[in-house]
Amino acid sequence: MTHTALERTKPNKIANRQVISDTLLEHGKTNADILVLTSDSRGSASMVKFAEELPDQLVEIGIAEQNLVGVAAGLAHSGKIPFVASPACFLSMRSIEQIKVSVAYSQTNVKLIGISGGISYGALGMSHHSVQDLAVTRAIPGLDVMLPADRHEAKKMVEALIDYPRPIYLRVGRNPVEDCYLSEDYEFEIGKAVTMHEGTDLTLIATGETVRVALDSAQQLKQEGIQARVLNFHTIKPLDTEAIAKAAKETGCVITLEEHSIHGGLGAAVAEVVVQQHPVPMKILGIPDEPAVAGKSAEVFEHYGLSVKQVVKVAHELLTK
Amino acid sequence: MNENTRLERKATEIRIAVLKMIHEAKAGHIGGSFSSIDILTALYHNVLNIDPQNPTDDARDRFILSKGHIAEALWAVLADRGFIKKEELKTFCGFGTRLIAHPNNKVAGVEMNTGSLGQGLSVAVGMALAAKMDGKAYRTFTLMGDGEQAEGSVWEAAMSAAHYKLDNLVAIIDRNRLQISGTTEDVMTLEPLPSKWTSFGWHVVEVDGHNMNQLIEALSTNRRGSGKPTLIMANTIKTKGIPAGENNPAWHHHVPSDAQYKAALNELEAKLT
Ligand SMILES: [Mg+2]
Repeated sequence: MTHTALERTKPNKIANRQVISDTLLEHGKTNADILVLTSDSRGSASMVKFAEELPDQLVEIGIAEQNLVGVAAGLAHSGKIPFVASPACFLSMRSIEQIKVSVAYSQTNVKLIGISGGISYGALGMSHHSVQDLAVTRAIPGLDVMLPADRHEAKKMVEALIDYPRPIYLRVGRNPVEDCYLSEDYEFEIGKAVTMHEGTDLTLIATGETVRVALDSAQQLKQEGIQARVLNFHTIKPLDTEAIAKAAKETGCVITLEEHSIHGGLGAAVAEVVVQQHPVPMKILGIPDEPAVAGKSAEVFEHYGLSVKQVVKVAHELLTK
Repeated sequence: MNENTRLERKATEIRIAVLKMIHEAKAGHIGGSFSSIDILTALYHNVLNIDPQNPTDDARDRFILSKGHIAEALWAVLADRGFIKKEELKTFCGFGTRLIAHPNNKVAGVEMNTGSLGQGLSVAVGMALAAKMDGKAYRTFTLMGDGEQAEGSVWEAAMSAAHYKLDNLVAIIDRNRLQISGTTEDVMTLEPLPSKWTSFGWHVVEVDGHNMNQLIEALSTNRRGSGKPTLIMANTIKTKGIPAGENNPAWHHHVPSDAQYKAALNELEAKLT
C-alpha cells in the first residue's frame, strides 16, 4: 500500500476528464483507430485539444445521444475504438436502449465515458444529476462498469481500456478530486479491487470520488484506535466478489460510500455478496431516494453523510452492534 | 433463366420457407416478412458483395435489418444463401435456438442484434463512416419498416448521414403502409415521407418493392461521389404473395390456420411449376 496516499497530498488541479482526454490524445496520435465521439460535448468533456490536434478522430454527433451511441456501435463493429464522451446524465439514460441492444447485446467495443457524473452538476438539478447510472448499467449483461478514484487511476484505466475488447461504461466527475494514489507506479487490473489501506476492525468500500472520503475517514478512525480497511472498487462490474467476502469475514462489518442513489449501486452490489456469502452488519451511504439538494460536491456530500464525520459515526454504531 | 426470373423464383422459395417456419413455430411476423422478401432476395442473391465461406471478410458489404422483427425472413435468406443449414430453420423460435425472432449476431452473416426499432440506421451510419475513414469500398445497407419511421432516433441518424455525406450508405424503407394497429397514416402520419427524406439531405428513389428489375436497378446503383446517402422507398404490399393476407393489418403477426396454410402453400408452390 505504499502506492496509496492515506494522507492528503498537495491539492490537485487536474480533473479526471482532462486526464482521460490527454491520455486519449497521447495514444490517438499513434493509433488512428482511437476515436472520440461527442454530443456537442467537446468542451464539457475537455476534448477541445483532442479535436484540434486529431480532427479526423473526433466525430461530432450533435445533441442526439441515441444516435451518438448507435454510430459508435457501428464504428466499433468496423474495428474502431470509439470513446463516447457525453454527460453521464444523458448518456446513461437517453441512450440506454442503444447501450443495451447495439452495444452490450451486440458486443460492440464501445467505451462509454459519462462525464460530469453523479452530482457534479450540483446546482443544475435532477435532470443533470446521474445517480441512477450505476444501477442501470450494471444490470445490463455484457457491459462492464468503472469509476476511477483519481487522476492517476483515470490514466491507468483509460490505457487499460484501449486494449480491452469489451464494451464499458465509465463515469467521472466534473471537478478535480484529491489524489488517492501517490503516482501511477502500481498495478491496475480491471475487475480487481485495490486495498488502499489495510485494517481488521471494519471495511470501507468506495468507488470514484468517494474513495478519498473513505481514506480521510480511515485516517480519522486510526486516530481513534480503529483500523479500517479501505477497498477501492474502481470496477463495479465485473465485481470483485472475493475481496468483498474476504473483507466481511476478516473485518466483521462493512460501510459502502458512493456518489449514487443508495438503491442499486455499489452498496447494493456489495450487499448482494455480503448477504449471500458472509452476512455481517452493513451500512450503505449515498444519495437518498429524492431529487438531490443543490450545491457544490463537497456540500452535497456533507449533506448526505458522505463525509468523514458521518462515516466515523456509522463506524462506531456498527462496531457496537 | 434470366436473372429476374431466377430472383423471382428464389423469392417464392423463401416465402415458402418462411410460411413453413411460421406454421411450425406458431409464431412470427408474416405480414412484414412477406412485404420485405423481394427486397431481401434482391440484396442477398444479387446486390450484396458477401461470401458465405468468409462471412466476416473486411471488404464485404454490410446489411443491418433494422426492422428486426422479420428475422424469419432473414434466416430463410441466409439459409438459402448458404450461411446456415436449411435444417436449422426448423428450430425457429424453439427452446434454446440461435434462430430467435430477431437478428442474432451469433449466426454467421448477421452483423448486429436488432429488435428495438430505430437503432439500425445509426449503426449503419457508423459502419459507413468507418468505411470513409479507412478508404474502403464496401457499401452499407439497412432495411427499416415504415411504422419505424415514427422513432425519433431514425431522424437523428438521417441528419448525421447527410452531415457526413455518406454516399456509401443505402437505407431502404419497406413502405407497406400498415403497422400493427392499422394504417401508418392513421397511427401517425408519415406523409409526405419521400420529401421528408429529401429535405434531410438524402437522394430519394421510389420503386415498386416487388419488381425485381426496379429493385436491382435502385440497389445496385453506386452513388459514391455524389455526397448524399440514398433512401430507397420500396412501395410494398403487406403479406405479398398470400392473397388472404395481402394489405390486411390483422396479418401483421398472424399465424395462418391449417386451412390458410395449405391454401397459401398451394398458391406459392404453383408459381414454381
Ligand atoms: Mg409497415
